[in-house]
Amino acid sequence: MSKLYDVIIIGGGPAGLSAALYAGRARLSVLLLERDKDGGQIVITSEIENYPGCLEGESGPTLIDRMAKQAQHFGTEKIYDDVVEVKLEGQEKILVGKKGEYRAKSVIIATGASPRDIGCKNEKDFIGKGISFCATCDASFFEDFEVYVVGGGDTAVEEAMYIAKFARKVTIIHRRDELRAAKSIQEKAFANPKLDFMWDTVVEEVNGDGVLESMKVKNVKTGEVREIRADENDGTFGLFGFIGYLPKTQIFKDIITMENDYIVTDEDMRTNIPGVFAAGDVRVKSLRQVVTACADGAIAAIQVEKYIENM
Amino acid sequence: MLEVDKDTFEAEVLQAQGYVLVDYFGDGCVPCQALMPHVHAFAEKYDGKMKFTSLNTTKARRLAIGQKILGLPVIAVYKDGAKVEELIKEAATPEAVEAMIQKYI
Repeated sequence: MSKLYDVIIIGGGPAGLSAALYAGRARLSVLLLERDKDGGQIVITSEIENYPGCLEGESGPTLIDRMAKQAQHFGTEKIYDDVVEVKLEGQEKILVGKKGEYRAKSVIIATGASPRDIGCKNEKDFIGKGISFCATCDASFFEDFEVYVVGGGDTAVEEAMYIAKFARKVTIIHRRDELRAAKSIQEKAFANPKLDFMWDTVVEEVNGDGVLESMKVKNVKTGEVREIRADENDGTFGLFGFIGYLPKTQIFKDIITMENDYIVTDEDMRTNIPGVFAAGDVRVKSLRQVVTACADGAIAAIQVEKYIENM
Repeated sequence: MLEVDKDTFEAEVLQAQGYVLVDYFGDGCVPCQALMPHVHAFAEKYDGKMKFTSLNTTKARRLAIGQKILGLPVIAVYKDGAKVEELIKEAATPEAVEAMIQKYI
C-alpha cells in the first residue's frame, strides 16, 4: 500500500508552495501533487511588482523558483501527476492520479484557476495562431507587429505594457469606458506612447487562413460592428486575452460546496468536508493575488496541523 | 535530439525524408521548459524510429511565423517536409505528444 501522508497538497502555485513550506516546518509529511509545471498561472506572468519583498524586475518564474526551493528545503516531496478522482469523505483521503494513487490524512486543494476565454466566435481555431493568454510565451513573436489586448484589470494592462516592449503598437480592448486596473498602473499605461485604447468594445469573431488575419469588434454602446484586418505587410496580428480566470474544480463537483465553481471555505480554509482545506485562487474570496494565495496556504497548513493533532 | 536553427531548419526538417518531430520553444516560455524534458525522453525512447529536433523560435521568429507558429509550446510532426500534425499549448501534454509519436512510427 502507498505511504499515508499527513497532508497532500494539490497544486504547486504560490498557495500550494506556501502550504508546503508551513506544513514542512511543522514537521508534517507533505506530498505536493503538481499537474505539469511548478507555479501555476504565476509562471505566465511577466512582471510582479506588488508582492512584498519581491525584487525589482521580478517575474513569475523567478519568484516561484525561490518559493519552490524553499518548500523543498523543508522536506516537501513532489510528484508530477494529474489528479483525476478523489475520495475525501473518510478519515483517510484517497487521490487517484493518472500515474498512481495517493493517501493522506488531510488534503489542501490549491489547484488555482486558468485564464478565461475571450469568448468570441472561432476562438479555439486561433489559439497559438495569433490568440494567446501568455505574454511571456508569445509576445516575442509579435516584434514590430500590432497586438490587441482584451481586458481592463491589472493583469491586462501590465501584460499590455510588457507586450509593448516587442509590438509596434498595442491596443487595449475593454468592454467598459474606464480601466479597472490600479491607478499607478493606469498612469504608466496612459503615458506609454505605444498603448492605445478601444473603449466599450468586445471582440465578436476572429478569422484567418491558418493564422489570425482579421477580427470583428462591436461597440457595446452603439452596437456598431467593424472589421479590423492585419497590416498587409505583417499578414497577422496578436490578440491576447486577460479577462479573468476559471477555477479548476471539476473533480470536486458534487463533493465539495462551491459557489460559481469556486470552493467555499471558512476563514480557516476549511471546506464542508473535515480534513479537506482549500487555498488560493480556487476559493471564494475578494482578492486573488500572490500575496493572498500565500496567506491562504499558510493558514491551511496550520489548520491541517491542528486537525491531525485532534484526529 | 538535434537543435536546429534558422540556417539548418530547411535542410534538417523541410528537405528531410520521412517523419521529423519539431519541438518549438522560446526563451522565457515556462510551459516549454516544463514540456522539454519529456520530449527529450521520447527522443531517447524512440531513438532511430523518428528524427527529433528542436527550434528556439526566439532566434528564428520569421521562420516560425512562416510555419504558422505564433504561440508556444508547439510539438509538430513533419512528413517529407510537410507538417502533418501539431499539438499546441495546453494540448501539448506529455501523454498527447507520446500518442502522436506512436501514430507515426
